[in-house]
Amino acid sequence: MKYCTAMNPARKRTVRLTVALSAAVVLACALIYTSFSAASPALTPSQLVREAQPGRSYQLTGTVVKGSVHRQGAVLDFSIADRAGGGAGATVPVAYTGTVPDPFKEGREVIVTVQKQNGTYIGEQNSLITKCPSKYKVTPPSTKQSS
Amino acid sequence: MAGLGYACLLLALAVCVYGIGASLYGVRRGRPEYSESGRRAVYALAGILTVAFLVIEIAFLRNEFTFNTVADTSSRTTPAFYRAAAVWSSQEGSLLLWAWIMSLWSSLALFLTRRRLREEAAYATAIMLGFGGFFVALMVFYANPFATTSPAPPEGVGLDPLLRFPTMMIHPPMLYAGYTLCTIPFAFGMGALLARRVDADWIRVIRRFAFAAWLFLGTGILLGALWSYSELGWGGYWGWDAVENAALLPWLTGTAFLHSLMIQEKRGMLKVWNVSLALGTGTLAIMGTFLVRSGILDSIHAFGGHTLGVPFVCLIAAMIGGSIYLVVSRRELLRSEHRLDSLLSRESIFLANNIVLVGLCFVILWGTYFPLISEALTGQEASVGPPWFDRYTVPLALILVLLSGIGPVIAWRRATLANARRNFMIPLAAALLTLVALLSAGVSQKPLAIAMFCCAAFVLGSIGQEFFRGARARRAMAGEPAPLALLALVRRNRRRYGGYIVHIGIAVLFVGVAASSSFQHTSELSLSPGQSTRVGAYTVRYVRPTATITPKYDAAHTGSTLSLGAVLDVTEARPPGRHVATLDPSEGFYSSGEAAQGSVGSLIGGQPVSHVGMDVGVTRNIWSAIQPDIETPALKRIVTVGDRTLPPEEGIIAIAYLARAYLQHPPRAQFNLIVSPLVMWIWIGGLIAFGGGLIALWPAPSMVRRRVSVLARGHRAQAAPAGASAALEAAREAKYQEIRDTELDYRMGKLSREDYEVVDATLRAEAITILDRLQPPARVEEPTGSPEERELTPTGA
Repeated sequence: MKYCTAMNPARKRTVRLTVALSAAVVLACALIYTSFSAASPALTPSQLVREAQPGRSYQLTGTVVKGSVHRQGAVLDFSIADRAGGGAGATVPVAYTGTVPDPFKEGREVIVTVQKQNGTYIGEQNSLITKCPSKYKVTPPSTKQSS
Repeated sequence: MAGLGYACLLLALAVCVYGIGASLYGVRRGRPEYSESGRRAVYALAGILTVAFLVIEIAFLRNEFTFNTVADTSSRTTPAFYRAAAVWSSQEGSLLLWAWIMSLWSSLALFLTRRRLREEAAYATAIMLGFGGFFVALMVFYANPFATTSPAPPEGVGLDPLLRFPTMMIHPPMLYAGYTLCTIPFAFGMGALLARRVDADWIRVIRRFAFAAWLFLGTGILLGALWSYSELGWGGYWGWDAVENAALLPWLTGTAFLHSLMIQEKRGMLKVWNVSLALGTGTLAIMGTFLVRSGILDSIHAFGGHTLGVPFVCLIAAMIGGSIYLVVSRRELLRSEHRLDSLLSRESIFLANNIVLVGLCFVILWGTYFPLISEALTGQEASVGPPWFDRYTVPLALILVLLSGIGPVIAWRRATLANARRNFMIPLAAALLTLVALLSAGVSQKPLAIAMFCCAAFVLGSIGQEFFRGARARRAMAGEPAPLALLALVRRNRRRYGGYIVHIGIAVLFVGVAASSSFQHTSELSLSPGQSTRVGAYTVRYVRPTATITPKYDAAHTGSTLSLGAVLDVTEARPPGRHVATLDPSEGFYSSGEAAQGSVGSLIGGQPVSHVGMDVGVTRNIWSAIQPDIETPALKRIVTVGDRTLPPEEGIIAIAYLARAYLQHPPRAQFNLIVSPLVMWIWIGGLIAFGGGLIALWPAPSMVRRRVSVLARGHRAQAAPAGASAALEAAREAKYQEIRDTELDYRMGKLSREDYEVVDATLRAEAITILDRLQPPARVEEPTGSPEERELTPTGA
């Protein structure tokens, strides 16, 4: 930094500031770029059926289909349907391993990160999130035990 | 009762509107009596909201189900402790708690500044009342906590079982206390800018509040992590969830602010930066509240409805816009009084720490709000997961921990390379020793974790050395025995040594985080009784199932109708056999209160909740959760038959039968087992940091202050007006402290003799300027002879 002493202080400060700011901008760009490439898009089941490419992860959002939840050893199988489809949209079967949040239930709205592999959808381990339908109220009637 | 509460809200709104008008009118027109009245309006707001909060608390405790919030979140069967805490489980109650706590802090801040910073405080009053008015208006127009239904339902829904955890009583209030405290630096920062008084006076006033905000937020975040770890059935303490991040963001900028404000206090530098950090922290705190309360981002904490979005967005936009406008329009006033003396000084280390903290904040902010950003830019909602966060936050955290060890051993203003080299010997040796020890113990797979251990060792070495040298210097200066010298050292320099203790706590905490996240063993599998599995260094055997039924809800426990669990026996895997622990995880099934689910089904139809079985140890925790299979055909038949044949009040008979059937023919159960090393040190580190924070926050011994105020009282008549003289006294105290700090630095070997003499002379000149301003006519001779003054004179020169 010897040559800096030759510059006048104001110019030196400007140079320093420019260097610092451009470093910050470069880092911010890297951050922004990676966030777009690493992000998994949030899709509904019918979008997923249309667009999914093997090997990429997607955030699947929808409701758990009634009667679709089965456990086989460590794998939890369930199907997800469109939130507002009323049964008209597509349903996607998911094979999930990992922690199941307490509120997980048939009929609940969930988010799970999935990858398409050989035509089936594999849930990423521990990626299952349950959305509470409203502020911590008990589920509407007729979701359980009635089927 | 409800009428009283609602009347309180309306009155509070009126008080806010009046107070904003009065304080602004008073300060714009130079009519202090109006500003004074504005300040009283804040006290009144605190009083009114206290009444409102009491009304709602009493309603919860007395089970008044005419209140909608009571009926929705409480019930007769909810234990009293949780009934009291249920207030803040609803949207409405949370808003009321927020506004109430904010009004209390605002009153405290304005009470403490009643004789200082007249103008700044008047603007700050208006801003605080603006926040208060905003939240009260939300309650009046959107989410009224005093809304009623008539006739009252006979029984409430009950508090969500997930929230029945002792931390519920303190975790949300802690976070709210932190969030609301963040608005005080915001208000005073705005006040300083509006009043065009941007020297260090306002910083000195709100320093304690910023520190308290930091302490409360940090405690709230840690309690949340503890809750998540020991109550929620996933075994983690941090998941980069949107709501967790929302609380972390103002904490990070607050940490940066606490460091950089010292530079403004001491050197009059970084004014733009400091005021921006104060404003940013306040804005992030409101954004955090918004995120929690609006449910705009997907989160496990999906508390709120979507009704509060628009007003919050308007408030946040106004805060950001106002901040930017004021900082830009006052940029001439915010010029630095000094320049950085040397790149090797504590100032520049603080600057580096600030950059890292703000960078960290930006990364997390971007990741948290990415779903919104991505939807706005590409029309496609997308989100980034924990790996993305880890990629950036882990290296930044490493740098941060390292800096927290470097900062303390470098002196203010200037440090020479020779001194620095001498001071880094011990910390570096500690880091190297740790590295060698880890490598020779065969730990080599996780470079980042190892780097964190070494950084932590560096911090412990550097701060241990600080304490040792400080005590030694103190002994040399005052001739006290070692333990007394150490105690006196901390007592006389609370801020400095309290801060160092916080650094130790943070380093310990990160050791826990690095070890438990890198060297964790998890296992998820289904077992039948008698089977066993290997987790890490342990063998876990499913010994037998357990089942508990609770006919009426027992008040002491959590109130589940049926609880199915297991007894797990943990033994050493190598050599096999030695018993380590017995775990008893279970899952509680709660009543849903929905008649449509049948007389038996409704008793266990609510949301099930895991009860974690854990063996806690200093070196490792063994964590276990169970998901019993309650839906086997045999068990299901019991429920359907019971639904058909039993009246509601006898449904429990079928549950008892079900429990027995489960015990006699236990189906395979799903287990989740985690062995995490050193996880306990996260909480220990948190406790250490909390203790250090309390030491730093505690008011300094008032001996000096009292003497000075006695001196000043005689001169008040002819000297500056009371407000200004109080500010000057504070400035003088700060300068005295700085002179003492510098001497301590010199005696501890951080400053060379020449540098010390230069710095000391400058500081004394600055102190004399302040004294001149404090007592213009004749400079009062500095009293010699008191222990305080003796310390100021360089005896060792």
